[in-house]
Amino acid sequence: MMLIPCPHCGPRNETEFAYGGQAHVSHPEDPHALDDAAWARYLFYRENPKGLFAERWVHSAGCRRWFNAVRNTVTYEVQSVEPIGPRPPGGRPAESTTSEGGHA
Amino acid sequence: MADILFTQGPDELKRAPLAPLHRRLEEVSQPAPSTIRLAERPFTTQIGLRAVPDTAAHRSLAETLGVGLPDRVGEVTGDAADVAVLWLGPDEFLVVAPPNRSELVPLLQEALGAEPGQVVDLSANRTIIELGGSSARDVLDKGVPADLHPRVFPTGTAVTTTLGPAAVLLWRAAEENWWILPRVSFAEYTAQWLLDAVREHRLAAPDGVSDAVPDAVADPAPASAPDSREEAPWPATTA
Repeated sequence: MMLIPCPHCGPRNETEFAYGGQAHVSHPEDPHALDDAAWARYLFYRENPKGLFAERWVHSAGCRRWFNAVRNTVTYEVQSVEPIGPRPPGGRPAESTTSEGGHA
Repeated sequence: MADILFTQGPDELKRAPLAPLHRRLEEVSQPAPSTIRLAERPFTTQIGLRAVPDTAAHRSLAETLGVGLPDRVGEVTGDAADVAVLWLGPDEFLVVAPPNRSELVPLLQEALGAEPGQVVDLSANRTIIELGGSSARDVLDKGVPADLHPRVFPTGTAVTTTLGPAAVLLWRAAEENWWILPRVSFAEYTAQWLLDAVREHRLAAPDGVSDAVPDAVADPAPASAPDSREEAPWPATTA
């Protein structure tokens, strides 16, 4: 069971949340300009990192707000949460942090 | 904006969502003072508000209510016995007031005016189940994932959470008095869940009010019960 820190409600049980997949996947500027492969890449291809991963969650049994979270897929530790919106400057969260738990 | 007309039926036609269970709720609360009290508070006036903090709409609604709007999770402004406002989200609130305060709806709609926001009469959306007594927190701890310790959940706190699998609003209206607000469609399930959860806390009850009364015996209400669902048969004239 994960304890997820909702930015509005504070730490709550994982059971109150729903998962929204990888965060910061932007809709193509001009979908008609894409060929099938590029469109499929946008629709279906997601990262699957071992380590920190930026993903979307919604506090469906609480304040019902979406937010982004950076979670370590090895330790399940939620490292940070941020309001929904464009990717923060500074590149992928996974590269800007150095926490490496769970290898002991 | 189109005007929506709300028509209110005669009071004698009102039926509490948990009317068929009132007798059983009362039974588990006996003998007083019991370690557990269960009761329904139906027909409260409930109004959903949406307004972004620090906007004209937010200020206007807060001023009209007179008790302000809460600004963080768990906070409740006002008084549980009169008008209270619960925090549901950063820009979403629920006014809970006694049954006779429906005049608040047009009042707040007028206060909002044309500003971006919402004032919606949600009185029929949720009912209130009151859970009191010294064992109340133990009962809730069985099904609520939120931390209910007084350190983080003092009197006057309300949060949206789950009770078992059902989404509810949980409000600690007094030290040993918790108000549970399920949606009406979940009310009967929530009440049955609570009736089951309180069983072990009633083992000390003296003889004669044993908890071992089978449900089938306890259920049928006497013909005189005005709120029994059996009192509302199909119209006999249809034959």
